[in-house]
Amino acid sequence: MNTMKLFKDGLWENNVVFSQLLALCPVLAVTTSGTNGLGMGLASTVVLTLSNVIVALIRNFVSREVRIPIFIVVIATLVTLVDLSLNAWLHELHKVLGLFIALIVVNCAILGRAEAFASKSPVSASALDGLFMGLGLTLALTVIGLVRELFGNGTLFAQASLLLGPHFAFLETTVVPEFNGALLMILPPGGFLALGLLLAAKRVLDARLAAGSPAGAKLATQGA
Amino acid sequence: MDIALLRGRLVYQGLSLGLVAMLCSAALVIGNALTREAIRKAEADDLAATLAQVLPEGSADNDLLADPLKIGAGGTAVTVYRARKAGALTGAVFKMASRGYAGDIVVLMGVAPDGRLLGVRVVKHAETPGLGDKIEVAKSKWILAFTGKSLADPPAEQWAVKKDGGVFDQFAGATITPRAVVKAVKDGLEFFAAHREEILR
Repeated sequence: MNTMKLFKDGLWENNVVFSQLLALCPVLAVTTSGTNGLGMGLASTVVLTLSNVIVALIRNFVSREVRIPIFIVVIATLVTLVDLSLNAWLHELHKVLGLFIALIVVNCAILGRAEAFASKSPVSASALDGLFMGLGLTLALTVIGLVRELFGNGTLFAQASLLLGPHFAFLETTVVPEFNGALLMILPPGGFLALGLLLAAKRVLDARLAAGSPAGAKLATQGA
Repeated sequence: MDIALLRGRLVYQGLSLGLVAMLCSAALVIGNALTREAIRKAEADDLAATLAQVLPEGSADNDLLADPLKIGAGGTAVTVYRARKAGALTGAVFKMASRGYAGDIVVLMGVAPDGRLLGVRVVKHAETPGLGDKIEVAKSKWILAFTGKSLADPPAEQWAVKKDGGVFDQFAGATITPRAVVKAVKDGLEFFAAHREEILR
């Protein structure tokens, strides 16, 4: 299990959103702006990494028959603990992310990684898998959020300083000033539109890449 | 005994699930105990900071949170926080809600003893991002237009958005949201007028 493969899997080839099409609830619900997507992605990454580590630690003691309830209890506990700690010690961040944190429980990607990877792999590989899958999710959420924000509001990373602190105010860009935007992109259907277009774009890109390299030819016939 | 054999036993499965649930509950109890005080303090600070937003600077020298007054209004109790300076009441702060485009809009308002608005802020809403959320002070200065208004100024029939013949601006593409805020503020002022004696006591 090498790091490079886990990295490529998590961020691109087996991306939670763009390839596995998991976690659509947070994807469509919170990606009304790049900042929201980034915040949700980072919070999920923390939970995903921790849950993968714990599941890998206890994997030999867990019976097949009761593994799902055990994983769910572990994940729900982690999410609650992250929620409590953020509320207590990073209160400003919690005010921005508060709504999203509880939503992480319903992110099936986390249970999915526990089941598909961490329950069969050593701790170190599971931790890396959780981290890279989480970063892949963050990437997807941020890109979808940016696309919706750009077409819906004419801005990029609006209010990023609320999430990341005043040092990141430079990220806040108004692309089209006084742009009233295509409201549709901010509303729920916009989530489906942006996701569909980005999925199509990724497949085109994958097909191009596959056609360009001989090793990728197999990938292309599988439909990537 | 071999762990692989054990895992197949029904008793082991039940016990292991119970053990995990117990450990998780313990972790939650500890987590809650460790964070309770910090969260309580952060939330009190939050409330104090929010209350301060709708009061002019330096208008209170007491701890607003120390002496809340609960007044029953239409089935739900409204908590009124009173700001005092040198013992004299300088303002009353309370929340008022009205139904917006998507769920309730909750406004926090500060009212001077003579019934003038000291300030209004929207503290909770679920309006459409990019349209209705201009009621947030972080996104637009619209909400500041309420400062200084009272039930007599403008007159009651003009306590409405311009589209309805009132004095308050609506937003392009969103009339329901500002209409709801105007209603909440007006309700709040009427509530204050109805309970003025009690609050000023």
